[in-house]
Amino acid sequence: MRRYAADVSALARKDLLLELRARDTLPAMLLFVVAALVVFHFALPTGSGRLAGLGLLWVAIVFTALLGLSRSFVAEREQGVLDALVLAPSDRSAIWLGKTVAAFAFLALAEVVALPAFAIFFSGIDGATVAGVALADIGICTVGVFLAAMSVATRARELLLPVLFLPLAIPVVIGGVGASVTGSPARYLGFLALYDALFATICWASFEYVVTE
Amino acid sequence: MIIRARGVAKRFGTKRVLEGLDLDVERGSFLLVTGPNGSGKTTLLRLVAGLLVPTSGELDVDAERSGLGFLAHEPLVYRELTALENLQLFARLYRVPEARERIGMLLERFGLWNVRNERAGSFSRGMLQRLALCRTFLHAPSLLLLDEPYNALDGAGAELLDRELAAHAGTYVVATHEPQRLTPLATQRLAFT
Repeated sequence: MRRYAADVSALARKDLLLELRARDTLPAMLLFVVAALVVFHFALPTGSGRLAGLGLLWVAIVFTALLGLSRSFVAEREQGVLDALVLAPSDRSAIWLGKTVAAFAFLALAEVVALPAFAIFFSGIDGATVAGVALADIGICTVGVFLAAMSVATRARELLLPVLFLPLAIPVVIGGVGASVTGSPARYLGFLALYDALFATICWASFEYVVTE
Repeated sequence: MIIRARGVAKRFGTKRVLEGLDLDVERGSFLLVTGPNGSGKTTLLRLVAGLLVPTSGELDVDAERSGLGFLAHEPLVYRELTALENLQLFARLYRVPEARERIGMLLERFGLWNVRNERAGSFSRGMLQRLALCRTFLHAPSLLLLDEPYNALDGAGAELLDRELAAHAGTYVVATHEPQRLTPLATQRLAFT
């Protein structure tokens, strides 16, 4: 277990270091999410209300995540390094978990900017929304990295990832929006936690078959 | 036998790359695989490495992943990491004992010590091949699968590799379309047409 954690940590740190050096993904995510919120701000008619704004926040989060996820295996694809990682004697699910941790960090950083920006453009954010965002991020990154690994091996990878990811993100949006807009968010937060646990288990157990023929 | 293949075939869609391959490789052998481009040399190495699965036939490889060294066409290193960081990452994943000393020794041996803190992306193709060789030999593998190992190496680099091949005991499967240099080391040959 300790070895597994060390492998995940090494792989996640590697991805964070690559991003720190290349600065490909995070600046694009930040620009996108802020730009999307600005567009939504002007697109929504005056007096549309808080609920409509919260719905658009979730749209911005999902598409920002998709932007980051689409780049999650770029270094491995362009330099063929996935073969070297797959051949290493560590558990192959560590590759998925390391990438998931890094993707979660990028998305969380984008949201550190996005949530205050939302508060400026639309309305304040309550604790339930923040909790919903945190739980949704786990699910989004868990499933998204898994699907990114699947799509990276195909020629139509840029098309395939959104096509596969968005249907699976629908429950996340339902749970996230529910947690944000209802008076009793516990049920929706529980739903998001269940989604996270279920898909994390599935992705962890089946990642090996995604990266081997 | 460390590698045993019986009737191994590999197809990609409708394209047949390997057909009916029988092969026995004993531990400690040096198998030289020759043939023109597209004849199936790389596919054979990837099958033995476990990166591909045969379409039909039986392929048994008696080696753990931790004992496998794979040199591909691509260097399989991160361009945004330095030479040292790349080797440190793989040393961690392979749990190389005394990794610091081992990495230092390989960087010295392959003439990369002075550029160890430079990003791999700034390396020439020959330097990348040297780094790829360091990665391949890093965990002292017992089964080495080398695809065109002299690719992009200059004269000095090729001599360094000659020395490493002579010094490192293990089973070798080496694919090349220029076999002259490795002929003296070869104990077994497989020629694709």
